[in-house]
Amino acid sequence: MSCTILGPLSSSSVSLPFYSFRVPAGFPSPAQDHIEAEISLDELLDLRAPHMYLVRISGDSMIDAGLFDGDLAIVNRAMQGRPGLIVIAALNGDALVKRLAKEGEQLVLRAENKAYAPRYVLEGDELLIWGVVTHSVHCHVPG
Amino acid sequence: MSQAESAIALVDCNSFYASCERVFRPDLLRTPIVVLSNNDGCVIARSAEAKVLGIKMGEPYFQIRQKLRQHGILAFSSNYALYGDMSQRVMTILEGMAPVLEVYSIDEAFADLTGMPGSLEALGREMRARVLRCTGIPVGVGIAQTKTLAKLANRAAKQWQRQTGGVVDIRQPAKRDKLLRAMDVSEVWGIGRQMTAHLADMNIRTAWELAQSDAWTLRSKFSVVVEKTARELRGTPCLALEEQVPPRQEICCSRMFGKRLHELAPIREAVATYAARACEKLRTQHSLCKKVRVSIRTGMFNPDEPKFAKGIICELPYPTDDTRLITKAAAEGLELIYRAGFAFSKAEILLLDLRQRGEFTDDLFVATPPEAAERVMGVMDAINARWGRGTMHPAGVPAQPDWGMRREMMSPSYTTRIEQLWRVT
Repeated sequence: MSCTILGPLSSSSVSLPFYSFRVPAGFPSPAQDHIEAEISLDELLDLRAPHMYLVRISGDSMIDAGLFDGDLAIVNRAMQGRPGLIVIAALNGDALVKRLAKEGEQLVLRAENKAYAPRYVLEGDELLIWGVVTHSVHCHVPG
Repeated sequence: MSQAESAIALVDCNSFYASCERVFRPDLLRTPIVVLSNNDGCVIARSAEAKVLGIKMGEPYFQIRQKLRQHGILAFSSNYALYGDMSQRVMTILEGMAPVLEVYSIDEAFADLTGMPGSLEALGREMRARVLRCTGIPVGVGIAQTKTLAKLANRAAKQWQRQTGGVVDIRQPAKRDKLLRAMDVSEVWGIGRQMTAHLADMNIRTAWELAQSDAWTLRSKFSVVVEKTARELRGTPCLALEEQVPPRQEICCSRMFGKRLHELAPIREAVATYAARACEKLRTQHSLCKKVRVSIRTGMFNPDEPKFAKGIICELPYPTDDTRLITKAAAEGLELIYRAGFAFSKAEILLLDLRQRGEFTDDLFVATPPEAAERVMGVMDAINARWGRGTMHPAGVPAQPDWGMRREMMSPSYTTRIEQLWRVT
């Protein structure tokens, strides 16, 4: 596995006062001419769009998909749920996070943890795809 | 080229507060819901199912508690953090679909669709579908030549939801006239109960009859407002879209206490809290105020309680938006009007004599606002915007008052508080 460092992150799109370098006497900052717009996680993940929601993951049914208990899921309500995607689903009123799948004509909500059986959506079940999980935030610092 | 015929859409959320409560509670899809006013006082919103069960607007909660239980109706305390966030989402989506939008209230907006190509009914359906998909909030859309007609069309969209799919376009005269004939005059925007009675005396009972009435007679008998309403019903636009709300001329913050208060100290805390909130509103619209009115009162309806109500206007040294100055003036006023021996239930702060910054001329002989105060207030607002309301507050405002609002059945702030996010398994 490799990673690429992206650069500094701005905390959010909330506007903060911008202080330019002011050196009344002496040398101007050598960085002054190289200031670029900061990277914003809000923008990167489209967090401020009206169809984006934050949801807290509870339980361990999706750990093989990298979603752990207490993680934050970023959910897009405008996206059409389709097989292969991780969705927030309301099944008979229960809020679930599962991977949507299709076996023939049969819709399935699959956990990503061997301890959990897949849930087949049967006739008489009421399924509402609430939104699609596009990203998640996991804290790697223990405690 | 002739000017395009005007086309206004009114987009209105169905049972907005109740619909918001359902967004993160899919298990309540068919459960009847009511939402209660501050302090869980009375019903201020009902889902369609609760309406069918005969719950009325304004019914006091303590009177209908039994009925709610009996019918399995769920009551919620009002959760304005949630409603405000959902409203903003709905309006943002609509702004992206219409060239001009006037946000009329928390749950409705006028959109100017004049000159938009293609079928406006199809556009209305797309608005409805997109808002529903992105927020889960159902809306109705009424389209017509004028705001008053658009309101009426919207009513029809709600009333005949199943037949219309929630979108009604009455720009065709035949459709418009049919609807005007079917609607009682009391259903017309701006026609209240008293006016309905006056109009009945003139044999005007339907919206159609009001539209046919002589404009000049209406103006001389009632007012230019009623005349405009009649003209609008005939399809002549008289009310323009207001994109920018003019700054308010007075700012009010008043609330019932969560319980009766007898001593001066907790009332002073409440007054300081309301003053701080009012000042925030003042600074948001970039105004300054010269007077502050503080008032307190006991409960007014309990026959066994002695009643008392008093208010006082306090003059400020100069037009200001400084929370500290305004709170000090309000606290001094409170000392003057407070009487021991009463069970107080409510306090109110009213900021008066408002003006825009730079509007007042400096009087050479009076004190002027120190510039440092402005910076302090700016920093305080920025901190509270960044880390949540009340993060930084004057010392007179308690963080967790025991006189605070009663909100015993409030849903979590699903979208605005990180520790209250929706949990899914």
